[in-house]
Amino acid sequence: MIARITRWLATSRGSGVILIVLLLGLWQFSALYIMDTPTWPPVTRILAAWYDNIADGTLLRHLLATFWRQMLGYFLAVALGIGLGVAIGYYRILYNLLEPLIEIFRPIPGPAYLPVLVLFVGIGHEMKVVLIMVASLFPILLNTYGGVRSIDPVQLDTARTLGLTTWQTLREVVLPAASPQILTGMRISLAISLILAILSEMIVSNDGLGYFTLLAERTFKVPDMYAGIFTLALFGYLLNRLFLIGESRLIRWHQESSGRR
Amino acid sequence: MADFLSVERLSKEFSAHGRIACKDISFAVGQKEFVALVGPSGCGKSTLLHITAGLSTPTSGAVRLRGERVTAPRPEMMYVFQQYTKSIFPWKTVLDNVCLGIKYRARRSRSEKETAARAQLEAVGLAAYAHYYPYQLSGGMQQRVAIARALVRRPEILLMDEPFSALDAMMRVELQDLLLALWQELGLTIVFVTHDLDEALYLAQRVVLLSASPGSVAEVLEVPLPYPRHQVETRRQSIYLELRAHLYRRLVQQVMGARSEAA
Repeated sequence: MIARITRWLATSRGSGVILIVLLLGLWQFSALYIMDTPTWPPVTRILAAWYDNIADGTLLRHLLATFWRQMLGYFLAVALGIGLGVAIGYYRILYNLLEPLIEIFRPIPGPAYLPVLVLFVGIGHEMKVVLIMVASLFPILLNTYGGVRSIDPVQLDTARTLGLTTWQTLREVVLPAASPQILTGMRISLAISLILAILSEMIVSNDGLGYFTLLAERTFKVPDMYAGIFTLALFGYLLNRLFLIGESRLIRWHQESSGRR
Repeated sequence: MADFLSVERLSKEFSAHGRIACKDISFAVGQKEFVALVGPSGCGKSTLLHITAGLSTPTSGAVRLRGERVTAPRPEMMYVFQQYTKSIFPWKTVLDNVCLGIKYRARRSRSEKETAARAQLEAVGLAAYAHYYPYQLSGGMQQRVAIARALVRRPEILLMDEPFSALDAMMRVELQDLLLALWQELGLTIVFVTHDLDEALYLAQRVVLLSASPGSVAEVLEVPLPYPRHQVETRRQSIYLELRAHLYRRLVQQVMGARSEAA
């Protein structure tokens, strides 16, 4: 019996799901019978509030607002990061010129750009998009030029013997060869972009999940606040899941040949 | 004939560490000839081939193809790398890898190109593996892909840098015979770098022995063995054995000479 349980724990991920259910049960129990305070509502109350906010469309509206600005900032960062990163990685002159500058800007935490952006871009939608873009840019940029620079010289020599032009080499060799690293950067930045979207909405906004969650807390609608956080957890999980599916389609050759699957 | 592909007083010095890889190397390769370059490791064989392909520039001297100076990779010459795992692109299927050889050539439709690539795969015995990815193939098969990709471009010259050195013995034997068959069938000119004396003697019409670092031509040896060659019969003929003993002695001399000089 014990051997069977041990084997199940080792082979199945079901235990992880059971743990989540158990913790929710503990939450429910403690909220009902131990900590009877408005700051710790039972799970059922949160689920009810969650349902209400979904049913009247409130959550969807805020979710879409967050999603839209996050994606806008993120994809601007992806385009800029890959474009600039490939150029820096491919041309040594650009690397020597720009790498020190990037190293200075890189350690600045994304939120630190916020006050500057408020001064220059204001407090509207554009500010949030630019903030998300700036914070998401660096992981993509660094991973892209890192990936391009680590391409094996044999691959570039092969491109030359095949008579490929620079553009053809970028398309056929450089981008695919660097794609595992580029995608790593993109995955890190996807998480960062959500963080910055929520943060900017909490600081100054009138829509978005960050705004919804903080407003709920300030107006003492605690179950709504938790519903907002639950939504974010689910949303973040789904985004990452979708990303991983897309990634494994794009670089299956890499994952299979390096035994990551 | 001697003016087909010639290496003239070629020297290469690596400025970064002042090491001289090749010193004053001259030899010529006739059209449709099969020449092997052998030498002790580190004698600059690969560097020499790299320069011949136009992939790097010599410090002095020149490579000429039909009298014309080679300064960049030429479509008439294809290079086959030792590191097939890198040279074959892992993100492309076997067919796409071979197609890449002619993908950007004008005046042929996409389907014509694909037909040509498939025919070439057939010629190297990989017809059934067109849609496989390189990681699904053995080393010998991967190097066949590299050869197919080179040949689909219809080159006149193949420059091969220790192409079979990473393969196990059985695969190597198979690929040697495949290469000889392709050479005769297509009328190719082949310059084949190897550190394996047996491989050089088995394949080539002429063997150029380079001296130890810095490499220069120590000896050029004719191999008067008839084609088609046979893995067992050819290798036990007295001419083969004599040449092998001679080459071996010369190679040992080179290595020992270099050692005592260094000491």
